[in-house]
Amino acid sequence: MGILEVQNVNKSFGGLKALQNVNLDIEEGTIHAIIGPNGAGKSTLLNCFVGKLVPDTGTVMFDGKSLLGIKPHEINQAGVSRVFQTPEIFSDLTVAENVLIPCFAKRDGAFTLNALARVTGETDVREKAEQMLIDVNMQDKKDMLASSLSRGDKRRLEMAMCLSQDPKLLLLDEPTAGMARADTNNTIELLAQIQERRHITMAVIEHDMHVVFSLAQKISVLAQGTVIAEDLPEKIKGHPKVQEAYLGGAH
Amino acid sequence: MFGLNKKDTRLMWIVITMVVFAPFILNPFPETSGMAQFNAGYPDLMQRFVIFGIFAIGFNILFGLTGYLSFGHAAFLGIGSYAAIWMMKLLTMNVIPAIIVSIVVAGLISLVIGWISLRRSGIYFSILTLCFAMMAYALAYSVLTPITGGETGLQPKLNDPRIFDAPLAAGASPKANLFGLQMGATYELKLGGWLFVINAGYYIAGLLMLAAFYLSIRIFRSPFGMMLRAVKSNQQRVNYTGLNSKPYTLAAFVISGMYAGLAGGLLVAMDTQAGAERMFWTASGEVVLMTILGGVGTLIGPVLGAGFIKYMENIVSKINSKVLHEWFAFLPDGMEDFLVAVFYPFVGKGWHLTLGLLFMMIVIFLPGGLMEGGQKIADKFRNKKKNDKDDSAQAAATPAE
Repeated sequence: MGILEVQNVNKSFGGLKALQNVNLDIEEGTIHAIIGPNGAGKSTLLNCFVGKLVPDTGTVMFDGKSLLGIKPHEINQAGVSRVFQTPEIFSDLTVAENVLIPCFAKRDGAFTLNALARVTGETDVREKAEQMLIDVNMQDKKDMLASSLSRGDKRRLEMAMCLSQDPKLLLLDEPTAGMARADTNNTIELLAQIQERRHITMAVIEHDMHVVFSLAQKISVLAQGTVIAEDLPEKIKGHPKVQEAYLGGAH
Repeated sequence: MFGLNKKDTRLMWIVITMVVFAPFILNPFPETSGMAQFNAGYPDLMQRFVIFGIFAIGFNILFGLTGYLSFGHAAFLGIGSYAAIWMMKLLTMNVIPAIIVSIVVAGLISLVIGWISLRRSGIYFSILTLCFAMMAYALAYSVLTPITGGETGLQPKLNDPRIFDAPLAAGASPKANLFGLQMGATYELKLGGWLFVINAGYYIAGLLMLAAFYLSIRIFRSPFGMMLRAVKSNQQRVNYTGLNSKPYTLAAFVISGMYAGLAGGLLVAMDTQAGAERMFWTASGEVVLMTILGGVGTLIGPVLGAGFIKYMENIVSKINSKVLHEWFAFLPDGMEDFLVAVFYPFVGKGWHLTLGLLFMMIVIFLPGGLMEGGQKIADKFRNKKKNDKDDSAQAAATPAE
């Protein structure tokens, strides 16, 4: 029994079949990579997990409950956090506030009218946010506006925001896209550390095979909307179908 | 102090000082001097400063924090006014029930309008609120005439029930009061050539404005306020962070509607009449101008913007061609007529032209409003001071030869 079970999911946009009978099972406490060429339907699949899209048919079960037809904030409150392909952060707010907001959301739920409380007075939340920034090594940037961060830092901030909620499942959509090799390695290290320390289940979409093979404990390969292979990393490497999908023909 | 940090406490004290000493600060010119027409320290105008200050502070909680631009806030001002005047007709001329009920009724109506309008964001939200405001205006102006008095509006009448009040003495007219203290009660203080007017209504409205301002600081500094700013910055992320943005924006909408209701109630308390024209769309546009002019999302900006526009409306509009001729009288006749002809379109009835030009300049050169201008000037001074200090420090460091 996996923490996330996807069964027979179909999704089409007009005539295009983006997902066809996708089955996926993510084990609790593992890092599961989803790879595949561009347009394979990886991001569409992730969108079905977080309530951005509703599959035409099929089921998505998280922790024994269906995620279909539930609003994004309810899915998040259930324990699913997502890091987007392009960083979705609060650009006009400071780095510290960016992390404080998910901490408040975790403590107070989807809505609290705490209009007379003071942000500065909420010590427990502040300490948690502070610790999170130290964990991702950004505490020296906490008073900067998030919009003035570098691209890599924005992504790290977004990861910190998601992690500060102690999610049960963390979805990462190309967490190292556009990063320099050194930053990529830092990110790999950070994710590996988090996995070791907190045992958060992660689903990672990634193009960079270096990242995939250093992190993943299981890999699903998606091509043209279907899962063509699902196996341990060492077995995926030599899989003929995978080679075909990536390289456009048998070699 | 009062749960505010040092900076906010200082700001609060500045505003308190401004409100308390406004009758003196706004009357800098002796009564008999030619400049006396620039004095703004008369009760009617000062009341407008603080009442529209409240209106703008509330509007800023919605627009400044969440970024949702409502083009129909005057509807809540008008609804507050009607609610207040009905309390004066039915219950008592004491302003307390009128003010409380105006806040409650405006809050309830804004809950309904907000609930519907907030289904959309951006320009569609603005249009929805504008539609509601125009409907409210049309209802007040014609359809609901039995309740709103239609074109003529409403005033307290001699034969209204007013169940809590003792019957009026013969020949007396109903006057708004606070436990007997009439809103119009004034004390004139003559000091040399200066005349200062201390008015009860102004100080009551001013006190409420201070309370409204204090509450807005608290909201700005609260987790709730931070969530609202998050909504403005990235609503998608708010939802994917497990926060339901809808009740947050709705709460902000209702709070700002209640501020507008309070302002409407106070308008009636100071001047006991209500008409549909204060719900017209230009009135909604005015509060948008006030907020942008002063500085969107800043604490004190909207108050300054409100004061600025009300000052222009009341002072610049009073300058007529006769006044202009007096100003330029020292020039040769031809020159005088020429300059009067140049300036005339911008004053008197043309004050909107001046306001429009100023608004354009502020939006282009100071997108952050008057507050940004103030900030820039302050920074310049600070830098200069710092440079001076550096210079003197350097001078001290290099020994005289």
